Amino acid sequence: MLLHGRRTWIFETPPVILATGTVVGPDEGAGPLAADFDLVHPDMEIQQPSWEKAERALLEQASDIAVSTAKLSKDKINFYVGGDLINQIISSTFAARTLGAPYLGVFGACSTSMESLALASLIVSSGAGEYALAGTSSHNCTAEKQFRYPTEYGSQKPPTAQYTVTGAGAAVIGKTGQGPKITSATLGKIVDLGIKDPFNMGAAMAPAAVDTIQGHLEETGRQPGYYDLIVTGDLAGVGHPIADEMLRRNGVPIEQTRFLDCGLMIYDVAKQKVQAGGSGCACSAAVTYGHLLKRIAKGELKRILVVATGALLSPLSYQQGETIPCIAHAVSIEA
Amino acid sequence: MTTKDVNQGNAPAYKPVSMTPKEYKQFAKKREPSRSVGMNCVRAFLIGGAICLIGEGVQQFFMTAFHMSEREASNPTVATMILISVILTCLGVYDKIAQWAGAGTAVPVTGFANSMASAAIEHRSEGLVLGVGANMFKLAGSVIVFGTVAAFFVSIIHWLIEVWR
Repeated sequence: MLLHGRRTWIFETPPVILATGTVVGPDEGAGPLAADFDLVHPDMEIQQPSWEKAERALLEQASDIAVSTAKLSKDKINFYVGGDLINQIISSTFAARTLGAPYLGVFGACSTSMESLALASLIVSSGAGEYALAGTSSHNCTAEKQFRYPTEYGSQKPPTAQYTVTGAGAAVIGKTGQGPKITSATLGKIVDLGIKDPFNMGAAMAPAAVDTIQGHLEETGRQPGYYDLIVTGDLAGVGHPIADEMLRRNGVPIEQTRFLDCGLMIYDVAKQKVQAGGSGCACSAAVTYGHLLKRIAKGELKRILVVATGALLSPLSYQQGETIPCIAHAVSIEA
Repeated sequence: MTTKDVNQGNAPAYKPVSMTPKEYKQFAKKREPSRSVGMNCVRAFLIGGAICLIGEGVQQFFMTAFHMSEREASNPTVATMILISVILTCLGVYDKIAQWAGAGTAVPVTGFANSMASAAIEHRSEGLVLGVGANMFKLAGSVIVFGTVAAFFVSIIHWLIEVWR
């Protein structure tokens, strides 16, 4: 049976992650996971005339690497499921134009990484496609430009702010083959506990992560200890301890496993000037497809649950005084 | 499939996420890293003061080198400070100073120049008219609007005092 409970899919024929591609910018290249990414750019411009084109180039490169590593030609990809943070998800759309694959654009803010992976897995697992590509990107400067201030504007960011990851991650999902398997996915619902501060998205998103993790454990009947690692997307230094505390308060024995956060893994938070840590669609995508899958391949990890978190605000909504609606999507990957 | 794994027993039931927004805001607030207001004030004072000191130096330079009066020297001084700010903005340095200095770089004329230059650079990709022209005052616009409004009310008060005397 595919559907367990209200919102968990358990894939009876688990689709396989055949190959991935990860591309990052200079700050991520200076972080502790640099060696795990396929391509590290030395600058933010990526030889493009605008930030938006630079972000698009990142996603195109990540998709290219993923498809070529899977030893497929582009026309074998049945569906490309992707999204990003920019208005009307143009980075993904233009990358899809280059790729030429049938395209499903999705928006889940920073949770897009796992949203697209879950949907791609559903497509492949159900037989609706043989190969699907899940991809997402973010760029520090496009995000700053759209959500905050011009990149060169001199304003002081509070310690609760997060630093948008410049990068992209893509994964080719196939019905059979060699590679880690996607065994289940739990989709999130909107959780909004009234945080309005767009410079404190970790705290805004933490309850959504808690809700999805609890939903996943309840609907699969698993204990946290089933996983070697449960990793949240981009809760960072403020949100992750809050999520940890909330889980414990709700009676989840999270101490059975390692509970980490991609936003705290991608940078050396103490040394790099990233405030509370990383954020952005590419944060969980690059860490999962680059670092975590490499650790699974090495045998260091066997079962992981990636809980990508998204703050679904827009510049318009927060200027109008709205709170930040948040979501988290969980996908379990097993060796 | 791993559905028969030993770790999978009966579905555990956890307490749902049930805090009210009010409770959660308090809960989250307590777990925020504190902002060092005192340190920020000291830094703002140091950098803001340093910028003003440089401005004073520039003014003295115009007064001694070109024999200008203090009033005559003020316009070229402001222009020089704007130029320095724009150059630092273009080199990508100004925002890094601002992260350290906080309000110290925001208040003086250099902050205003930075807000305009940064918006102009950022939106150059959308063209000169719809990009640079339309967005240059994106941040500075409200300073001008509320500066003008404030000046209007201050001048009314000034006028009332004059009449009353």
